[in-house]
Amino acid sequence: MRIDGKGRIDRTRPVTFRFDGCTYAGYKGDTLASALIANDVRVVGRSFKYHRPRGILTAGSEEPNALVEIIGPSNQTPNTRATVQELFEGLEVRSQNRWPSLGFDLLEVNDLVAPFLSAGFYYKTFMWPRRFWEGLYEPLIRRAAGLGSLSGRHDEGVYEKAWAHCDMLVIGAGPAGLMTALTAARAGADVILADESSELGGRLLSDEAEIDGAPAVEWVAGVVAELTSMPNVRLMTRTSVTGAYDDGTFGALERVGLHRRPRPNLPRECFWRIVAKRSVLAAGALERSVAFEDNDRPGVMMASSLPTYLNRYGVVPGKRIALFTNNDSARATARSLMAAGVEVAAIIDSRTDAPDEPGMVVHKGAQVVRARGRMGLREITIAKGGTQTRLEVDCLGVSGGWNPTLHLTCHMNGRPRWSDELAAFVPNEGAIPGMMVAGAANGTFSTHGCLAAGAEAARASLEALGLGSGAVDLPQTTDAPYNIAPLWQVPGKGRAWLDFANDVTVKDVALSAQEGFRSVEHMKRYTTQGMAPDQGKNSNVAALAVLADATGRGIVQTGTTTFRPPYTPVSIAAMGAGGRGDGFAPQRFLTSDQASRDRGAPMIETGLWYRPSYFPKPGETTWREACDREVSMVRSSVGVTDVSTLGKIDIQGPDAGRFLDFVYSNTVSTLPLGRVRYGLMLREDGHVLDDGTCARLGEDHWLMTTTTAAAGLVMRHLDFVQQAFCARWRVRFASVTETWAQFAVAGPLARDLITSELGRAPGLPFMGCTTVTVQGVQGRLFRISFSGEEGYEIAVPTRYGEALFRDLTARAETMGGGLYGMEALNVLRIEKGFITHAEIHGRTTAFDIGMERMVSAKKDCIGKAAAARPGMTGPEREQLVGLTPLTDSPVTAGAYLFAQGVALTRENSAGYITSVGYSPTIQSHLALGFLKDGRARHGETLRLIDRLRGVDVLCAVVDPVFHDPKGEKLRA
Amino acid sequence: MRLTCPLCGPRDRREFYYYGAADYLRRPAEGASPDDWNDYLHNRDNPAGLTQDLWYHEQGCCAWLKVTRNTVTHEIVAVEAVAVADAGGAA
Amino acid sequence: MPDLIAKSALGFAPFTLAGTTLAEVDMGQITAIAPFPGQSEALSRALGMAFPAPGAVTQSGDARLVWAGRDIAFLIGPVPPDGLPAAVTDQSDGWVSLALTGACTVDVLARLVPLDLRAAQSGQVFRTALNHLPLIVLVGIERSFTLLTYRSMAKTAWHEITEAMVKVGARAATG
Repeated sequence: MRIDGKGRIDRTRPVTFRFDGCTYAGYKGDTLASALIANDVRVVGRSFKYHRPRGILTAGSEEPNALVEIIGPSNQTPNTRATVQELFEGLEVRSQNRWPSLGFDLLEVNDLVAPFLSAGFYYKTFMWPRRFWEGLYEPLIRRAAGLGSLSGRHDEGVYEKAWAHCDMLVIGAGPAGLMTALTAARAGADVILADESSELGGRLLSDEAEIDGAPAVEWVAGVVAELTSMPNVRLMTRTSVTGAYDDGTFGALERVGLHRRPRPNLPRECFWRIVAKRSVLAAGALERSVAFEDNDRPGVMMASSLPTYLNRYGVVPGKRIALFTNNDSARATARSLMAAGVEVAAIIDSRTDAPDEPGMVVHKGAQVVRARGRMGLREITIAKGGTQTRLEVDCLGVSGGWNPTLHLTCHMNGRPRWSDELAAFVPNEGAIPGMMVAGAANGTFSTHGCLAAGAEAARASLEALGLGSGAVDLPQTTDAPYNIAPLWQVPGKGRAWLDFANDVTVKDVALSAQEGFRSVEHMKRYTTQGMAPDQGKNSNVAALAVLADATGRGIVQTGTTTFRPPYTPVSIAAMGAGGRGDGFAPQRFLTSDQASRDRGAPMIETGLWYRPSYFPKPGETTWREACDREVSMVRSSVGVTDVSTLGKIDIQGPDAGRFLDFVYSNTVSTLPLGRVRYGLMLREDGHVLDDGTCARLGEDHWLMTTTTAAAGLVMRHLDFVQQAFCARWRVRFASVTETWAQFAVAGPLARDLITSELGRAPGLPFMGCTTVTVQGVQGRLFRISFSGEEGYEIAVPTRYGEALFRDLTARAETMGGGLYGMEALNVLRIEKGFITHAEIHGRTTAFDIGMERMVSAKKDCIGKAAAARPGMTGPEREQLVGLTPLTDSPVTAGAYLFAQGVALTRENSAGYITSVGYSPTIQSHLALGFLKDGRARHGETLRLIDRLRGVDVLCAVVDPVFHDPKGEKLRA
Repeated sequence: MRLTCPLCGPRDRREFYYYGAADYLRRPAEGASPDDWNDYLHNRDNPAGLTQDLWYHEQGCCAWLKVTRNTVTHEIVAVEAVAVADAGGAA
Repeated sequence: MPDLIAKSALGFAPFTLAGTTLAEVDMGQITAIAPFPGQSEALSRALGMAFPAPGAVTQSGDARLVWAGRDIAFLIGPVPPDGLPAAVTDQSDGWVSLALTGACTVDVLARLVPLDLRAAQSGQVFRTALNHLPLIVLVGIERSFTLLTYRSMAKTAWHEITEAMVKVGARAATG
């Protein structure tokens, strides 16, 4: 029901929205909850387990009942709190967890069989037969349970992530937060003030307090105006600070576009990482309920939500309202309602010494024992002394006291402290380094106390920041009493709800204790108390008190569960903003990328790089045809491929040779100028780190190449070795991977192609290098080969890469050669027995790959000592071998090797396969693999087994070099 | 989590690569006993309290850093360069 | 003149939104200079420019010496003389340079870079990350920035920055 003249909504801007297919009207400034209340919609959802009709309970982000689906153009957002969702024109909302409709839900039958559905029901019931679990029980339970549903389509919504930095982060903009921010900002601090609501002011917008003799909202307006005008202040509304992390880092979720009609490119939400030197938590407090029979009926609400609905939104959820309380805070609510012309039928105050309230009926020492009205409250039963009376009301405001919103103080392992005076947990000082807690979040519930605490928190923070004293005049306001007498549950036979969202009742907690789950952590898991979207904000403390009662312990002895991030739900889409499609991972493109794609090459990801898989020709229907052709082309004429992805590290200095000898297992320093040497690099634990070539470009100038996969790893390793062990050596290095485009030219006609490109014969011996002029550009030429053919690698500055690639390709094609891709490159190196990271996968030693002689005995090197340990060499090791199937059948990488006739068990495995390919040169499938004592077993026949892919082939063990074992072609 | 790089100042942890215990800095001399190497490579304390480990400012200045931190409180007690940068001095 | 055609990393036209422009720029000659231990003063003398402190740039005429990491700086402008007491590598082709200028540069970079650039001063330099990309940030006048990342990653950098610009622009248009 709408109340004239009240609320902060814009009555000149009516808004229409739809809820479960019906069109309703509200105003700009309404939340979905306030607009539903204005339209007298009482049932807004069904409960999780018993499917009981539920209404709106709160006016804040802690709402456990009013969870709805928002239907967007490209997405469907379940579990949206109607109390948070702001109204906009065209908002489409659907209730959830009901079928077929909100008014008639077939699964409400669960409520009738509730005696059988107590906590632990599923664990106890669906135990056997075991095979029924996956096929029957689980699908059944999944269908009945769960909250809301997704669209099933890809979420095309835009999300954002961002960083913010400040001297001081103030969390919450009620009286304490505003006072903190104002004091700090005036002193010149760089301030962020974040509040989850659309408007700053907190409870001052709801309660009718006075500050400096005027309505508090005027003071709020003045402070907000001043803060808005200050360049050192950033106001973040609709922003929930969700987590406190190490070293002043906070997570926060901003609702950017969720409160308005979708617009192209406007983010729905932004996930902020806020870095603050100091922080002040001024997040207020949450009112808690009292458990009594059927206290979940629609119309039973938190008392403090009533003034919020009245004063912020100009709505009341009933015509005749009663209040049930155990403290003084609900009295102002009663006065507000009465002043607005709403009938307050009675105040039921559990305290026998409760104060009188002029003009109102106060039942002292009384309790509400039952609520009636399945689809909306009709009547409550009041017990006082030994007598019960019934009272007709359509709304009951309950206040069982207040719990400070201290969740963030627990995010770094802090535990709150119990205050008997407040009957609530309060935060421990210093739980988050650099954070102070002020106002209601710290158990200070009066407006005056909040303002004073805010000013003090600012003062202390400013001092810590070295920004002066931050003295301000404190505004004058009231210091209302609280006077709580704890009341958690009203005795009775019926079900009394604690956790509305997960349907946990007092009985469930008692049952948990009875069955031995007496620890609070066990009770939580047994009953699912506090595990719903509201994370127990409305119920955890009460559940704890009930558990304490049931186990005969105090609350302090019972302890509390830990609050973990996030404070309110954070959509994964916001945390992963930007991380799909092209934003999934960095993409590295070769200069030849476009030229390769122009030729129809499928590009494959190798690390972050995109490389051509193969270059299809007209008439070729499979990759194998193209690959076989490209391999044969390289073996018979000439092939060109882009090898720029290999890591290139430029190393200079008088001690460069010494450094290389230390990081390579073999000696490199003796290499003559203009020559290239193969180098093997070990990890300190004796396993192979990487391999590659090292070229001597000058007296003190070297160029190391790494594999594509290990380029970053090797750079990090070199930095470590240099900084940790030889910082004073005169050697420096820099990555030049990106500065050179480098192409391999391989095949019997490679020399002809290079001659054509350079306009002169290369005149390089095998493993030689030189500078060259390529079409007027200064470049480098290396005579190295990864194919087994005579091979060159020609490098030019990257800007010329594409031009050189196209030119090399054209020249190669006139010679009957052409491009080859990764597939052919792989087959060529397998034929030649060259290893890649398929073989040096982190568990192989130099011995395993037949390179133990490359660990020089004459010098120390990284990994040398460990490589000599027992077990790193010897016949027990699995050694690199080649394998050829006896029949013409494919073999698979990942397959295992077994001796013939043995059982196919793990213990009998003799080795495994790392690389495979079909060799058009040998005309056979080939494999490289590791076989126990493999070098001594050439000629044996073994079974190659891959059970995942159904491969079982007999193979001959051979030397890993299938092609040109003497290297005559290389050195031609 | 944030680390204060001696060269770059306070930075978010995502700029850093974690390597392992600072024990890696005490590499045994050539010819040290197998036991020394075993200790160096494999044996680590797991203290509840102060510990030292190595981080690499990979998305930054590429300095290797020795970080002293408290495993209980997560407090970062000190961040030092493994090797003092020679050129340009400290920030 | 070389016969091979030189290409820039992107070759894209500048992108402007919400009064903010992203453009590929040619930084000309970039040379990494890493003095050998104990040689930074000798290097400074040889270059006629002080080796920069971390995060700083020193300038001499058109030449800038930009701190680029531990014991390394980028000389931007001239080709350095031979015989410096340092490792010298030509990095001109290794990086793509993007200029971000205009009204919303700081807001755009707040979506991408984990640093507080609001108070960044002209002449400062930062080594950091642009999302997952390595990044060198050169701060110019009037909150303009030159962003250097690996050349092969230029398209990803362009994608990430323009996407941030589009979101910032949509926020600005919404008010």
